[in-house]
Amino acid sequence: MKNIIEFKDVSKYFGSLKVLDGLNLEVGAGEKLALIGPSGSGKTTILRILMTLETIESGLITVEGKPLWHEKVNETLVPASEAHLQKMRQIIGMVFQQFNLFPHLTALSNIEQPQILVRKVTKEEAREKAANLMDLVGLEDKKDHYPHQLSGGQQQRVAIARALAMDPKIMLFDEVTSALDPELVDEVLSVLKKIATTTDTTMLTVTHEMNFAREFADRILFFDKGQIVEQGLPEGIFTNPKEPRTRGFLKKYITGLT
Amino acid sequence: MNEVFIFWPIIIDGTLTTIKLTLASGVVALIISFTVGLARLSRHWVVRAIATIYLEFFRGTSAIVQMFFMYFVLPLLGVFLPALMAGIVACGFNLGAYGSEVVRASVQSVGREQREAAKALNYTNFQLYRHVLIPQAIPVMIPSFGNLVIELLKLTAVASLITISDLTFMSQIIRVQTALTLEPLILIMVIYFILSSILVSGTKWLERYFSAGRNIHKSGGN
Repeated sequence: MKNIIEFKDVSKYFGSLKVLDGLNLEVGAGEKLALIGPSGSGKTTILRILMTLETIESGLITVEGKPLWHEKVNETLVPASEAHLQKMRQIIGMVFQQFNLFPHLTALSNIEQPQILVRKVTKEEAREKAANLMDLVGLEDKKDHYPHQLSGGQQQRVAIARALAMDPKIMLFDEVTSALDPELVDEVLSVLKKIATTTDTTMLTVTHEMNFAREFADRILFFDKGQIVEQGLPEGIFTNPKEPRTRGFLKKYITGLT
Repeated sequence: MNEVFIFWPIIIDGTLTTIKLTLASGVVALIISFTVGLARLSRHWVVRAIATIYLEFFRGTSAIVQMFFMYFVLPLLGVFLPALMAGIVACGFNLGAYGSEVVRASVQSVGREQREAAKALNYTNFQLYRHVLIPQAIPVMIPSFGNLVIELLKLTAVASLITISDLTFMSQIIRVQTALTLEPLILIMVIYFILSSILVSGTKWLERYFSAGRNIHKSGGN
């Protein structure tokens, strides 16, 4: 499996707080990762850095072999220009905890508009794709609803469809069910599972839903204090974690783990 | 009172001039509000600085003085503006300064998560403003713009001081010709009040129009 994402010795600070501490990470193309760990452990920051919403202080990140936060000028790496970042963003899509739909547009227009503006497809193409994606996320009857007329779970499914419409090779899911009422969590997770099994999109998911992570992921990463404490196959991590910190964290979620 | 009504043609004339002045300087003010307001949010400090100087200058000096300047001083510098034009420009520039603060604050009131969503979808900065921030900011602007346009209507009264024959100017003519003071002033007060009531209902209608079918302020939650 070829690596689509590589972090080499990446550090990130918020003021004097070190949120990522010399992080090394390789993600294979098509791999489905679940990032778990206590809040403040840096897992969301990784997604935000990949989406270019946060910068890094040191280290190197490459996406599809190209540096993300740097570009090569005369064989030396310099901080990336906005033009370079825009090229890199085409590869990556993100779904947020708070959905972040555009409240002044209908569900369908939320999915259409970015395609028309960014991917420069025709209105008809955008509309057809938006309608198909509304189908995929099970909301074919909600096309003309505005976000505030939809439940949280429905809004989040529209947000997923909107991100998918851009055909990203990498999809980032940042605690996409954390803002939802418990009874709405499953409808969103089942959409994620559907995408995972039907596409070869690389997926990085920050989640507190351990059962989902176990089912969905090829690999689990356990984060604490800006570092990967432990990683491996879901079976291993969830039944027999090696590190005491992992065990301590998982005990809260998994009954029977001692 | 009858003596006053003999003058109804010039009252109507004055009313029309006041309306014309208000609408024309309103358009000028609107253009300036958006230009200066958005320039104050620019990434380039030079643009921000120019916009800030404009704002502070036109907000910080008296509208009457600005109008006198345009009508009496500019000709000395070789720029001749007809009285009506000077009135439109002065009222428009002055109100535009206040309006630019409305635009800036409304655009900034749109949440950070909207900017992040647009960035994640790879919108350019222009697309972010054009398709995400400004459409959401407009409903926020309308009540404040409604206040400003009433301010503008009242501000146009000072245009009578540079010989523009608006409503206030006409009331002075009637006063001089009839030696009546109470009646013409009550009459134009009523007319100003009617005009501003029309503006208020226009604002209300726009507020309803822009909030129809959507609820801009509530995008999260379950």
